[in-house]
Amino acid sequence: MTKKSSFLQKLIVAPYMVWAAAFIIVPMFFVAYYAFTDRNGNFSLSGFIATKNYIPLFIQSIWYGLLATVICLLLAYPIAFIISRAKPTTQKVLLMLVMIPMWMNLLIRTYAWMTILQDTGIINHILKLLGFGPVHMINTPGAVILGLVYNFFPYMVLPIYTVLLKLDGTLIEAAQDLGSGTTRVFTKVILPLSLPGIVSGITMVFVPSVSSFYIANKLGGISLIGDRIEELIRTNINLGAALSLVLMVLILVSISVMNKFTDEDGGILV
Amino acid sequence: MKLKTTSKIYTSLILFFLYAPIAVLIFFSFNSSKSTGVFTGFSLKWYGELFKNADIIEALKRTLIVASLSSAFATIIGTAAAVGIDKMTKKWVKSATLTVTNVPLMNPDIVTGISMMLMFVFVGRMFGQKSILGFNTLLISHITFNIPYVILSVLPKLKQTDKHLSEAAQDLGCTPVAAFFKVVFPSILPGIVTGMMMAFTLSLDDFIISNFTTDTYQTLPIYIYSMTKKNVSPDINALSTIIFFTILFLLVLINVTQSRMESKTKKLDL
Repeated sequence: MTKKSSFLQKLIVAPYMVWAAAFIIVPMFFVAYYAFTDRNGNFSLSGFIATKNYIPLFIQSIWYGLLATVICLLLAYPIAFIISRAKPTTQKVLLMLVMIPMWMNLLIRTYAWMTILQDTGIINHILKLLGFGPVHMINTPGAVILGLVYNFFPYMVLPIYTVLLKLDGTLIEAAQDLGSGTTRVFTKVILPLSLPGIVSGITMVFVPSVSSFYIANKLGGISLIGDRIEELIRTNINLGAALSLVLMVLILVSISVMNKFTDEDGGILV
Repeated sequence: MKLKTTSKIYTSLILFFLYAPIAVLIFFSFNSSKSTGVFTGFSLKWYGELFKNADIIEALKRTLIVASLSSAFATIIGTAAAVGIDKMTKKWVKSATLTVTNVPLMNPDIVTGISMMLMFVFVGRMFGQKSILGFNTLLISHITFNIPYVILSVLPKLKQTDKHLSEAAQDLGCTPVAAFFKVVFPSILPGIVTGMMMAFTLSLDDFIISNFTTDTYQTLPIYIYSMTKKNVSPDINALSTIIFFTILFLLVLINVTQSRMESKTKKLDL
């Protein structure tokens, strides 16, 4: 009986195992294959050697990603805290409100800012009515950061909220009873306990920010590493693959470094 | 009390930040002129133009086809996989399977898209074809990135299900398959439905991965991409408005069915 059902159990995962092997694992090998070959399919390191010309672009992308992540964290922590302390029904509604824009297409969210920030956009129109000169906002680094923050903000709120919700309220009371002030309660109790949420929030914002494409192009008129890879993969497949591989390794390393900051079961909170 | 007011103000500011761009977008979709900065009068002409545009209708049809098919396949493969994974006894097999499942979630979308594209390009070249990118490859990529979401929404429900129920059913003469459909299936149904709806919405919305895994078969996000490449125009606003309200409707539907099903299962428990 048990033998029969265990055979059935194996059979039931089989389609997924085959699927995952064929379409998750094998494609990863193809990134490596194209990264280490040349146009004719011979082994070559030329793609890799060429990636060194892209180091400044990688650094710029990481810098933009870091800035966006820090701003997201500073904006998201208070709102996550406020939501976690609200009444259950209010919590549900507020959380829903924060998440809804995330379900809008990335292209549309970015396009919305494009129309707003452009020289003939609504902000400049209002400024003109108020008698101020036009302010050039589109195609600036600030616009890129704004686009990144806007697009990935909900990813920061959700994990921090989840952790804060589970936070044991009696610990805060205990700290207060023992004479801690508001600031001390926050720095000594709440902040350390919410660290796993902060870490997964940072990962969830940093990864898509660094690898983003389209946003910087549309709002900043510049190419970040994601934009460059997107262009290259169609014209120089080997260099494109080499850059993708570097990006992937970079991100996996940063994820594992971030996870070091949490306890053994911190993991990725979705 | 003072803190509460600050919280309210902060929450309003964040919500303003999140929704102002969408509001501006919707507002200017009703503009009578081509401007997306100056409102010259109410008009529905951009909506009219949208419905006259055969390409958009075709893209919408294709998006719905891919979303329905990919979410259906992902739900079947993913649910079966979750049931199998839940019953896995060897710890390393289980954790290895879960790690592979997490790969598409952790990897940047651009790398996931590129890795599959490279494999398809390789397979295409093997058969001497210039490009095999199209409907089939798009569908495969959507099923692949949808499956993990189904697995991750079904697994927790399986953990909540009492293991002894299935055994009891089998003791009373059910075959393992019948026991599954009579006992386990109803209790994991809410998870399956959530997973399927998530898969459907994600597939509707996906641009980054589709950008790499299809060529001539254009879905709506890819069509929007080519639209925004050219310029800012209110017909994109009109399209975005329709998409926003569709997503809003879907999300409310997901939430309502979820809470209804949960209260139903709770009643059954009692």
